[in-house]
This record gives sequence, structure tokens and C-alpha cells, in this order.
Amino acid sequence: MYLSTFFANATPALPEIALLSMTCIVLLADLFFSRLCPRIPYYLTQLALLGVICLSLCALNKPQTSAFFGMFMADPLSSLLNVFICLTSLFSFLYARSFLEETKMPLGEYYTLGLFSVLGMMLMVSSQNFLPLFLGLELQSLPLYAMIALRRSSGIASEAAMKYFIMGSLASAMLLYGISLLYGVTHSLSISEAAIIFSQGTATHNTVFACALVFIIAGIAFKFGAAPFHAWAPDVYQGAPSIVTLFLGSAPKIAMLGFTFKFLVQAMPTLQTQWQLFFIILAVLSMALGNIVAVVQTNFKRMLAYSSISHMGYMLLGLISGTQAGYAAATFYIIAYAFMTLAGFAMIALLSKAGVEAESIKDFQGLNYKHPWLAFLVMVVMFSMAGVPPTIGFFAKLSVLQALVQVDLVWLAALALIFSVIGAYYYIAVIKTMYFDQPEKSTPFPTLPLDATIAISVNGLLLLILGLFPSGLIELCNKVFL
Amino acid sequence: MINLSHFLILGAILFCLGLTGFVVNRKNLINLLMCVELLLLAVNFNLIAFSNSLNDISGQVFVFFILTVAAAEAAIGLAILMVFYRHKHTIAVAELDELKG
Repeated sequence: MYLSTFFANATPALPEIALLSMTCIVLLADLFFSRLCPRIPYYLTQLALLGVICLSLCALNKPQTSAFFGMFMADPLSSLLNVFICLTSLFSFLYARSFLEETKMPLGEYYTLGLFSVLGMMLMVSSQNFLPLFLGLELQSLPLYAMIALRRSSGIASEAAMKYFIMGSLASAMLLYGISLLYGVTHSLSISEAAIIFSQGTATHNTVFACALVFIIAGIAFKFGAAPFHAWAPDVYQGAPSIVTLFLGSAPKIAMLGFTFKFLVQAMPTLQTQWQLFFIILAVLSMALGNIVAVVQTNFKRMLAYSSISHMGYMLLGLISGTQAGYAAATFYIIAYAFMTLAGFAMIALLSKAGVEAESIKDFQGLNYKHPWLAFLVMVVMFSMAGVPPTIGFFAKLSVLQALVQVDLVWLAALALIFSVIGAYYYIAVIKTMYFDQPEKSTPFPTLPLDATIAISVNGLLLLILGLFPSGLIELCNKVFL
Repeated sequence: MINLSHFLILGAILFCLGLTGFVVNRKNLINLLMCVELLLLAVNFNLIAFSNSLNDISGQVFVFFILTVAAAEAAIGLAILMVFYRHKHTIAVAELDELKG
């Protein structure tokens, strides 16, 4: 009797429950059937993600429903973020397969850890209580630490894992400290109850609340990799195997945005003036530092890491505006960014030869002479990151700046524009290297696996097609905030 | 009489000690793991103090989850430390220097 009401109550969490069951199946299948068919964890993983995408798409038009005594809530926003978290993970797992087999990294472990991380991300965007929110965050990051260290033969991977682990746990601890203070202010761990307390306006003018806000925002900035809490990002992006980097640079950022919405938009909707200033500082520092330091990088992965710092700055601009349009713009931006970064790191993984990654910008020298199609795709990615018109990156930047201008923060929009001009330099430098420099003669071109080539073509063309017809995705992002 | 603010100040002192350990320590990575634990214990201290003064059980439930997560985190941290040691034959913080720029 009690059990049946429990399960009737659990239907909003159906995507998460399905993913958890499938993850356990993948774990067992890897144990028992990997001798018969070594790729079975891979197939099951992709099947699971496809299933979860379908389930989340079905939930997209449903009104918000809560489950588990109000601890869990499925609403259109969480369904939208779930769809894109799973979609980006699906792409990253697709790119990973051939590299895993080539370098003899453990296939089953990579996919099970990845699925657990995806589960954590889905919890981060759908929890309605600080406790499951924190558990989701940890479930997202703990497998990532292990995934970075998965390539045990690589010294820099272990160093990157160590750095990510230390910085990640420091960020979690800061966030938790903030949550503990917030608990003292709001007398409850529930987000809905916190929102009620804050809307009464009595609890917000004390030092405990100010401290809580500072620690929470610092923790969030750490996890996003926004300056001045960015120090881990370049090292981790460079040291981790690029199949792990492309996963940790894309889907977790989408989940982190959902997590930020939980704190700032759902728990503190009336306190926008209080957190706005912190985010303006974070955004300006990230855009400046990310774009300027990226110019001098010679390592492609490191350059993309600094570019990710600057992109996080642009994304925060949407949050700063504090309007529905601004939140929708931030969501659109993070989705666009996830697909761009996926394609960027996938190129490095695809062009790797015999387990050695093509991580230097020099490795892209004269790519147009060897493989014009790949060179074209890299060009699309670079233009999209720089925000050049017919690509999705342009509309992402445009909608963020539009939201800023609407709330009269024109100076910030102008500053963002100046930094994006600086940013255009290093993106276009890569294109120049590919198209106008002669290739080094002695290096043979690696054979590309068919599935990953198709995936990267779809991924690259998606940036272009969504740039030509962006209205569907923009409307979808707007609709979930109404 | 010991009241809520005393507990909160003790929690803050513990948290600051943990943070200081992060910044000052250059010798040993295990010390960093201990500092993480100290940070989490400071959080637990806060939660229990609030839970007691608010007469609300959920803060104490949170503490149990944090303790469990801290154990899982330490396990992964030590595993990474082992991999790191095999490459560098040392666990000095100063050896985390291959990646920079």
C-alpha cells in the first residue's frame, strides 16, 4: 500500500529512475558480457541516453509536478536541460569510443562513470531541496575525478585529476558552508520554503545571509570555472584525455546553470539586486582574462579552456540582467556553448594518432590540404565561438547582449563586445593556420572512424543550421521561463 | 552560557583553519585531503548548531549525508593520489607543476 503510493508519486522522476536502472544494467553487462562483445557497455549506454531523451521530451510540455515529498520537481525547465544534458553526453560518448579502443583505456568504466555523472547532473536540475541538490552535485563531480585519472599511463592526467579533485572539493565545501548558513537564515532546506521566507523580506538584511550568499556564489563560480575562480580549468582541460575533457566541458556546465537557477532564481527571486553585483564582477573578469590570456596559448586544449572561461563570462551576462528574457538567453547560450565545445575537443580526439593527442595548434597546420571537410568543420566551430554571423554563437551572444540592453546595462554590453573582438583574434588565428600554412610533410593522416566522423559532421552542421534558423530553440528557451 | 553564536564562531574558525591549510601547505597532498575534511566538519558543526537552535531535524539528517559523501570523496582522492605517486614517486604539492602557462 505504502509502496504503491510511493511509486505513483515517483512518476515525475521517471527519466532519472530509468537512467539509474540502465546504469546498473551497464555495470553488470560490462562484468558478464564484455568478453563476448567488448562494446556492449557502449551500446547500452547510448540506448539508455536515447531513452532518457525521449522520456524528457515527453515531459517537456507537462506542468510542474513534484515528487518525493517535495524534494524533487519536474518542470519544463528541468526537462529541457535534461534533454540537452543527455544529448551532449550522447555525443561525447560517441566520440570517445574509438579513442578508448585505440588507447586500450577501460571502456566499461568510462561509460558507467559517465552515466553516473549524467544522473548527478539530472538531479542537479530537478531537485527542490538543498540536500538532494548537494548530492546531485557530488554525484556529478566524483565520477569526473575518476574519469580524468582513467588513463593511468599518463602522468599529466593524474596531475590534472589531483588538481580537479582538490579544487572541486574546495568548491563543494564552500557551497556547503553557504548552504549551512542559508539553512540558519531560512529555517528550512526546501527551496520553495526559502523563497517564501525571502519574499517576506525580513531575513535578508543580516550578516549571516550576506556570508551565505558570498560562499554560495564563490562555490558556483568555482564549478563554472569563472574568473577569479578559474585556476583549475586550463590545467584540467589540458591534462585530461580529450575524450574526458569534451565530456566535462559540456554537459556539467548545462547542469551547473540549472543548479544556479535553483539558488538564485527559485530560492531568491526577490534578491536580484543583492547578487547582481557579484556576477557583474565575475563576468567582467572572466571575459577579460579568458580572452586576453587565450591569445598567447600554443596548446589548443589550453586555448579552448581559456575560451571556456570567457564564454562563462558571457553566459553570466544573461543571469545578470535578471529578467525572464535574460535567463532564457543564458540557457540558450549554455546550450550553444556545449555543442561548440563538444565539436572543438572532438576534433582533438579524432586527429590523435596512435594515442597521441593532436593538442598543439601546430597539429592543425594545413589541415585543409589533408582533409578539407574537417578543416571546414573546425572553421565553423571557431566562427561560432567567436560569434560570427551565420552560426549559433552569434545568436547566443546577441540574445545575451539584448537582455542586458533591455535592463539599461549598456556599458556592460559594450565591454562584452570589446572583449569578443579581442577573442576573435585567436579563433581566426586557428583558421589561418589551417588554411594558409603548409602542412608538415612527414606526418601521415590518421584513419577516421566512420561513426565519429558522421557525428562530428552532424555536430558541426548543427552549429550552422541552428545559426541560420535559431528561432525554434530560442522560443523553446523562452517558453520554459514563462 | 554557550549560545548559537559561539558554535557558529567555532565553525567559522574551523573553516578558516581548513582554508589556511590549503594556502600554506606546500609539502604534502595528504594534508590537503585532511583540510577538505576539516572544511566539511566545519559545515557539519554549523548545521548541527542551527538544527539544535531551530529545533528542526533536517539539518542533522544533512550531516549524515555529508559524512558519507566525505568518505566517498576521500576514497577517490586517495585513489588518485596513488596514481599520482606511481608517476612522480612523491606526494609533494610542489610537484603539481607539469601543467602551467
